[in-house]
Amino acid sequence: MDLKLLDVEPTEAERVVVDLFNGMGRDQLLPALHAVNDRVGWISQGALNHICRVLHVPPAEAYGVASFYSLFSLTERPAKIVHVCVDLACQVNGAKALCDRLTDELGPAGAKSGWLRSPCLGVCEKAPAALAFEAGEVAKEQLLAPTHAGEVIAVAAAGPSPVDGERAEVPQAGDPGLRLLKRVGVVDPESLDDYRATGGYQALRTALLLGPSGVIREVTDAKLMGRGGAAFPTGRKWDATARQPVRPHYLVCNADESEPGTFKDRLLMEGDPFSVIESMTIAGFAAGCSKGYLYLRGEYPLALHLLRNAIAKARERGFLGTNIMGHEGFSFDIEIRRGAGAYICGEETAIFNSIEGFRGEPRSKPPFPVEVGLFGKPTVVNNVETLVNVPVILAEGSEAYTRIGTAGSTGSKLFCLSGNVSRPGVYEVPFGTTLGELLDLAGGVPPGRELRAVLLGGAAGGFVRPDELDLPLTLEDARAAGTTLGSGVVLVLDDTADLGSFLLRIAAFFRDESCGQCVPCRIGTVRQEEALHRLVGKRPLSTGAADLQLLREVGQVMRDSSICGLGQTAWNAIESALDRLGCVESFGHEEAGS
Amino acid sequence: MTIVEIGLPKRLVELTLDGESVRVPEGATILDACTASGKSIPTLCYGDTLKPANACRVCMVEVEGSRTLVPSCSRKVEPGMVVRTDSERTTHSRKLVLELLGSATDLSTTPHVDEWMSACGADPSRFGPSAPPSQDRDERRPGEHEEIDGSVAATVRQPTKVDNPLYVRDYGKCIMCYKCVDACGDQWQNSFAISVAGRGFDARISTEFATPLPDSACVYCGNCIEVCPTGALSFKREHDKREDGTWDESKQTETTTICTFCGVGCNLTLHVQDNEIVKVTSPHESTVTHGNLCIKGRFGWQHVQNR
Ligand SMILES: Cc1cc2nc3c(=O)[nH]c(=O)nc-3n(C[C@H](O)[C@H](O)[C@H](O)COP(=O)(O)O)c2cc1C
Ligand code: SF4
Ligand code: SF4
Ligand code: SF4
Ligand code: FES
Ligand code: FES
Repeated sequence: MDLKLLDVEPTEAERVVVDLFNGMGRDQLLPALHAVNDRVGWISQGALNHICRVLHVPPAEAYGVASFYSLFSLTERPAKIVHVCVDLACQVNGAKALCDRLTDELGPAGAKSGWLRSPCLGVCEKAPAALAFEAGEVAKEQLLAPTHAGEVIAVAAAGPSPVDGERAEVPQAGDPGLRLLKRVGVVDPESLDDYRATGGYQALRTALLLGPSGVIREVTDAKLMGRGGAAFPTGRKWDATARQPVRPHYLVCNADESEPGTFKDRLLMEGDPFSVIESMTIAGFAAGCSKGYLYLRGEYPLALHLLRNAIAKARERGFLGTNIMGHEGFSFDIEIRRGAGAYICGEETAIFNSIEGFRGEPRSKPPFPVEVGLFGKPTVVNNVETLVNVPVILAEGSEAYTRIGTAGSTGSKLFCLSGNVSRPGVYEVPFGTTLGELLDLAGGVPPGRELRAVLLGGAAGGFVRPDELDLPLTLEDARAAGTTLGSGVVLVLDDTADLGSFLLRIAAFFRDESCGQCVPCRIGTVRQEEALHRLVGKRPLSTGAADLQLLREVGQVMRDSSICGLGQTAWNAIESALDRLGCVESFGHEEAGS
Repeated sequence: MTIVEIGLPKRLVELTLDGESVRVPEGATILDACTASGKSIPTLCYGDTLKPANACRVCMVEVEGSRTLVPSCSRKVEPGMVVRTDSERTTHSRKLVLELLGSATDLSTTPHVDEWMSACGADPSRFGPSAPPSQDRDERRPGEHEEIDGSVAATVRQPTKVDNPLYVRDYGKCIMCYKCVDACGDQWQNSFAISVAGRGFDARISTEFATPLPDSACVYCGNCIEVCPTGALSFKREHDKREDGTWDESKQTETTTICTFCGVGCNLTLHVQDNEIVKVTSPHESTVTHGNLCIKGRFGWQHVQNR
């Protein structure tokens, strides 16, 4: 293929960073775009041209990829920019007032005024949040959480100054009952020695003794279910991949965590990065993978730093690379891929396209990833939390593991508490704990307030009423109650919360994050947002069209006919609010109750 | 793609289609099975010479045991499959997909869509009055959109792109079926002049940085026009005649002949109106071209016109 490039050259700075990719291929497109963005803050025609020349990618396609991600800009932008979260938990905690102040003092959101609105930044326990970025020879990032207008304005002007020694914190730190969170906030996340002193790498040793099929048997017997949202049995996935004769096999650790209200994977990666690396190594061993990709969302600078450190140290000490832990013939290594602002890239096939250097659009299934996955090879995709359960299973044995939780939902589960709650954060409880018990653990709603509703499972989940707090948190009970545990979101709303705005934000989120590939979701999410605006704002169409009816019909086609889970679930939370919270009465017009 | 099978005869697969038992060759799609049994299923993004894009979702059918509906254009038949093309769910889905498309896109030159709409009672206007055309679709950023109040329905209406003498891109008619991109890319032309850019409702077909076609990698093979199901891509001549009101398909004849420019022997179908060639297509079933041509065959007919 001969490439026809535009007649524009890169600047010297752009050329230098892009030339580092000489001799590489299309799968380095996303890293190369990041390199330019990190260096100059945006991607110029000359820079994109040069990337295309070096990686041999047609410019129209590279443009298609670059314009897919919200962290990249294809028009000139200053080196400094602050991403201000306006998503669910931050909205409940004053993001709107914050943005109003910024609009007054800096001007409306946009490259010129130095700040942009952002979807959930994954730090909902410290809402409202913002992430400051500055491009340069060494790009800098600083998380501001919780933040206020004064701080954002100051950092927008001065640029980020990354804080050293920032540490992950969980409210239950030190509790002897913790299994997944036991090291978080307790051990030094940069120290492999600390990790090993607290049992680290014993599970991999056990795995190497058990052999791949022995590991798969333990994980299957433990009935480990995926924690990324779909709750698929992990053992079955590994087994199906391991059986594929085609080589190589790949492992992808899904750390894209972009569901609004979700931040548990971030805590694991920041508080116990070595266990993520060890878990991936065990999964790779079991499913016969020679390489693992850790796909990390672009907005997690601290996790990136700590994981890079953990991988380097593990490699140094023979826990990654060839003949791992002296096990003849077992080679495995891990590459981190940074996402660039696209919730959809957490979908298990979109993640492949993103890694391969294509637009992060989900693929049609079948074929399933265990047969045809990354680079067309059999691939295991697992969530971070799913994986870190594996060392726990191997340490205590599948039988002991199944004694925790319920018959259908074994082990413990991480829940992300945010919104109007006294002690927000990630909590670990056995499956079967009731929602009420979990809320009590987090101190309930702030004093003097009353609980209005809980959004369970995230934007793709559903609402639970105050009279339903005895709901046992298990996969089967949630399903029976018409909701889902999803990624573990427990977003609490009290009587001060504005439900209308909250639902509108959910609708806007799905519209913004739709990849645009299929009609029901590409257009349906827009019509859903429009109809909801009319319903909430009590502004019916002059034709008198029934907006509630429209919402239901659009919701149905999205659920039935969208390609992937994003479109299929885009109506869930809104439907549940209308049906279960009776909020049509509180904002609806003539159609209430229809 | 029409493939002439000369290998071993294929095994037959038996399935139930709207209550009737049908047998089709292994590897056939549900759409093939429907066609074979005389059922017509609407399709838009399906292309007989292209791999399924699965994007438009107008062809969805119900398969027993499947949580969601499935695209008939790409899903392969399996033994014992129970398929419904006419259930309440499929009818609802088809109606809504057509309504959504019609509410956002100018479908005035998309063949058959009117019949399909009236067959299922689709009414795109119930989403509200259309928003005015926008000038900025090529610059929209992913992950954000302007604040709205629901008073108008967003559309993809935008100015037509006329930037070369051969063909016109009217993306206000584009349904994002991916066919042009696939025809231009690795499935046929290997020019990669166009791609999908942006995201969500702002996704669009674009050259790099929306640069005009003459500066792009386009070689004017017109293979994208050949596959475009909506008329979003059209010959400049057709566009001009539509603009001045002289385009009249009832007065057109089609003559298939062989291109005289080189020795490959591509089939050309000349569309002639009032003694003038107004566009050139190529038969998709031709084993030489599968509907593809080069600039000479597609556009190199000006010299035969006595103007
Ligand atoms: C729109 C969308 C976004 C998703 N985002 C994530 C994510 O950020 N992290 C994740 O682990 N799974 C995510 N998933 C679920 C994955 O598709 C997949 O089921 C999961 O990674 C499998 O891992 P598990 O079996 O360990 O849960 C997402 C799914 C959809 C449809
Ligand atoms: S459902 Fe939405 S996100 Fe998923 S493929 Fe379709 S357009 Fe893309
Ligand atoms: S005319 Fe040919 S080269 Fe140009 S965009 Fe269409 S398919 Fe691609
Ligand atoms: S321009 Fe035509 S072929 Fe291309 S995506 Fe749009 S409708 Fe499909
Ligand atoms: S960080 Fe703002 S909602 Fe999650
Ligand atoms: S024709 Fe089947 S999805 Fe478009």
